[in-house]
Amino acid sequence: MDASAFAPWEDPQAQPLIRFKNVTKSFGTFTAIDDLSLDIFEKEFFALLGPSGCGKTTMMRMLAGFETPTSGVIELAGQDIAPVPPNQRAVNMMFQSYALFPHLSIWDNIAFGLKRDKMPKLDLQERVEAMLKLTRLEQFARRKPHQISGGQRQRVALARSLAKAPKLLLLDEPLGALDKKLRQDTQFELMDIQETTGTTFVIVTHDQEEAMTVASRVAVMDHGRIIQADTPDRIYESPNSVYVADFIGDVNIIQGQANPGEGDGYRLFWTEGQPPLIANSTKSFSAGQTCHLAIRPEKVTISAERPEDAANAVRGKVLDIAYLGNLSTYHVELPNGLVIKAQTANTRRISRRSFTWEDPVWLSWTATAGVLLAN
Amino acid sequence: MTRLSWFNVVSLTLGFAFLYLPMVILIIFSFNESKLVTVWAGFSTKWYGELLQNEAFLDAAWVTLRVAVFSSTIATVLGTMAAYVLVRGGRFFGRTLFSGMIYAPLVMPEVITGLSLLLLFIGIGLDRGIFTIVLAHTTFSMCYVSVVVSSRLVTFDRSLEEAALDLGCAPAEAFRLVTLPIIAPAVISGWLLAFTLSLDDLVIASFTSGPSSTTLPIKIFSSVRLGVSPEINALSTLMIAVVAVGVIIASLATKRAALQRRREEQLATQT
Repeated sequence: MDASAFAPWEDPQAQPLIRFKNVTKSFGTFTAIDDLSLDIFEKEFFALLGPSGCGKTTMMRMLAGFETPTSGVIELAGQDIAPVPPNQRAVNMMFQSYALFPHLSIWDNIAFGLKRDKMPKLDLQERVEAMLKLTRLEQFARRKPHQISGGQRQRVALARSLAKAPKLLLLDEPLGALDKKLRQDTQFELMDIQETTGTTFVIVTHDQEEAMTVASRVAVMDHGRIIQADTPDRIYESPNSVYVADFIGDVNIIQGQANPGEGDGYRLFWTEGQPPLIANSTKSFSAGQTCHLAIRPEKVTISAERPEDAANAVRGKVLDIAYLGNLSTYHVELPNGLVIKAQTANTRRISRRSFTWEDPVWLSWTATAGVLLAN
Repeated sequence: MTRLSWFNVVSLTLGFAFLYLPMVILIIFSFNESKLVTVWAGFSTKWYGELLQNEAFLDAAWVTLRVAVFSSTIATVLGTMAAYVLVRGGRFFGRTLFSGMIYAPLVMPEVITGLSLLLLFIGIGLDRGIFTIVLAHTTFSMCYVSVVVSSRLVTFDRSLEEAALDLGCAPAEAFRLVTLPIIAPAVISGWLLAFTLSLDDLVIASFTSGPSSTTLPIKIFSSVRLGVSPEINALSTLMIAVVAVGVIIASLATKRAALQRRREEQLATQT
């Protein structure tokens, strides 16, 4: 499947599977979801990303039917789902705690939902076997949940929620309890399973790396609002706000006054006695408007001499070096006290490193490396 | 095995003696040949034989058993329901009052509970008998059940119930298929607690029993007032035996379950 071809959100004719229309949810005086509208399409792997308390779990619980919106409408395949109780929704959920039934075997856990549907015995057996095979749990079928490892439990929870072939699968921090290595393996497994089954997945996570890895689109949330919902690369490369730029990955923010130049080029006056920075922007800014240049550390080049043809070059001295093995991040202090992070790949051994603490260095980047943001 | 110091041996002996000496004496004298309770005249089991001939005692035992089974079963159902509402019901009107009132019988003197029930039964013209004792015992043992069950429900992972709903259970079905099996040990120990409370209650039963429905504790108490007979000793020994066997079986079962679980967990970590 060509990844770039799957983009129903670009198609104005496409019918969304889920549609939030001006949904608000309050608990007493606290507003968890604030007038939120969002479309999620069939076969999407959609990630809700945000710090704890931003409302992402509330959105998921509203989809599952455990909460009802205070106002607004949630539609699933064109139908308002507010009057439908959780046990009659074509939506299944994988819980953060997995919520496996401790008194039932793995087999019976997976069969639980199918039995509620009064599925004929032979079909049921076939379906459970298929789920066990999908999640590679065949030899554990007779065990109880407390007799298997955390990673296996996670797969049981996934198999159980997929068994009823829901239109929509909700995953609440599904990998939170796994260690890093297992989590990475499982992320790819999740993507495979999502592709094989063609189910629409909505995942809630606070781990931005996880969201970027698995999702077709990511919604960055804050205080019950969606700040930006877009593909991972666009969220990273062209964030629409300082909040999004700062939440996803590492970023340098330089504040200044914009001054329109030629075409879509802008000059950013950022400090006294330094030449303005050159940056291109597709969004327009008025002369003198305060704005922020967001630039990723890996797009900043560090060098001993001033590069000849760099659009932007500033002087500084090395304040700190974070050695990450494959990468090094240099914290460089500029004359006005601002600290800029620059990242380089460690293609040479550490003993051959060109810079050390207190060294005077030049930082440079191109006019298109950063993004100009109004707020 | 570590060897016990003389201090430990003494304190252990004193402790056990304090707890069990009265019972040991009772058991020994139940095998006494003599009719005099305090004079030993040789080994005999004749009092057990006589006990089995004593219709009054057997009737009382049968009444007690029926009362205990019925009242503890009703109390378990009601107490579990009350606990569920208190833990899961959220904030409803009158919740604080309800939770306070449900625990009131725990601290209420039995005499007052008994007396007020007696007045109620007379007031509504209910003839006293087994039925009224069952009602009275249900009333006071229900709160014990609800305490035991609600302490289990508080630690119960709510998402298990939500998962059941999510997988297509109606709320009642989720309770029956998921909640109840998981809290079953608490419900069973609540039942056992209610059962034993009913078995040895004297005060409330004596207020609410009628002439045709004497329970075993009432029977023993009234016989002792006429003088302790070796027959009472035999009866008490039998009760001790029943309780001891019950306790031993229960603890063995718990131990076996723990061992089984540990073995299964080892099995899980091997693969």
